[in-house]
Amino acid sequence: MEITNEQMERYSRQIILQGVGGKGQKKLLQAKILIIGTGGLGSPASMYLAAAGIGTIGLVDFDNVDLSNLQRQIVHSTNDIGRPKVLSAKESITAINPDVDVVTYQKIVNAGNLKNIIKDRDYDFILDCTDNFPVKFLINDACVLLQKPFSHAGILGFKGQTMTYVPGRGPCYRCVFQTPPPSDAVPSCKQAGVLGVLGGIIGTLQATEAIKYILGLGNLLTGYLLIYDALTMDFRKVKLSRNKKCAVCGEKPTITKLIDYEQPKCEAKR
Amino acid sequence: MSIKADDFVDITDVVCPVTFVKAKMGIEELEDGQILEVKLNEGEPLLNVPRSFKDEGHKVIEVNDNGDGTFTVFVEKSGL
Ligand SMILES: [Zn+2]
Repeated sequence: MEITNEQMERYSRQIILQGVGGKGQKKLLQAKILIIGTGGLGSPASMYLAAAGIGTIGLVDFDNVDLSNLQRQIVHSTNDIGRPKVLSAKESITAINPDVDVVTYQKIVNAGNLKNIIKDRDYDFILDCTDNFPVKFLINDACVLLQKPFSHAGILGFKGQTMTYVPGRGPCYRCVFQTPPPSDAVPSCKQAGVLGVLGGIIGTLQATEAIKYILGLGNLLTGYLLIYDALTMDFRKVKLSRNKKCAVCGEKPTITKLIDYEQPKCEAKR
Repeated sequence: MSIKADDFVDITDVVCPVTFVKAKMGIEELEDGQILEVKLNEGEPLLNVPRSFKDEGHKVIEVNDNGDGTFTVFVEKSGL
């Protein structure tokens, strides 16, 4: 592919970076990134990835835009209330950068469809921008089984966390957090407060990891959980190890196909 | 012109910041030690493009005034 003069101008500030160049920009333009969830995390992540010239961005979200989303989900606007989030996000992204091919999946992610969504465009990197534990485990397991790199993140209250999984280069999310917590033990974002900027900070870190992975630059958050506390302004990097007994990426995996955790009854018994 | 260039790029048709972007993309395609010939305008491009090449470790080996407001610069990739 050839980079046009217009693209040279649009991406000039990153093409002149050492380690990026025209070759790096071509990698970005040919990259395919899947963003699961277009809320607090997915909003800034999708916007920065679009601005950087990621050629294909997949967006997965079942929901419609709600007034209470707008405090943090900056890819959506007041005029979008009631519209499917994937369509609202697609419009914003295309307005930022018409170079991007935006693929929308207006679906609830589950064990039956997640692998097919990832395989639909053979995405290079996946961003978990969801707000609930069952889906986080599902995304982890799907990425491990398909050997796809992904960025995990979560935000709640004044804190956020993120880690990156790359096959063969460190622990997966399940190595660290074996199973989803009982469904009544943790509030979902819908029931708990969250400072809107947290999505901006952590979602932008996820986009940073995706861009670095595509460019092959620097060090990723593989083997580390980065924890951010907005009140104390601390960024803490906690070292993580692989769990040889991990149910999905360990030596004797017991999870060989995706399972849904949407059965709160059995969860509550544990 | 005594120097034999391996590739040529004309950046007189673009303005900052695309000038160096285009020049940089030209030198990317070369191997270390090969020479890129760059045609650029006097003024800002002449001031900044050779300096940016030096910053990235390339050697500016010759600058010729074409007498028509443009200059031709020869750059050796990774020559510094
Ligand atoms: Zn694991």
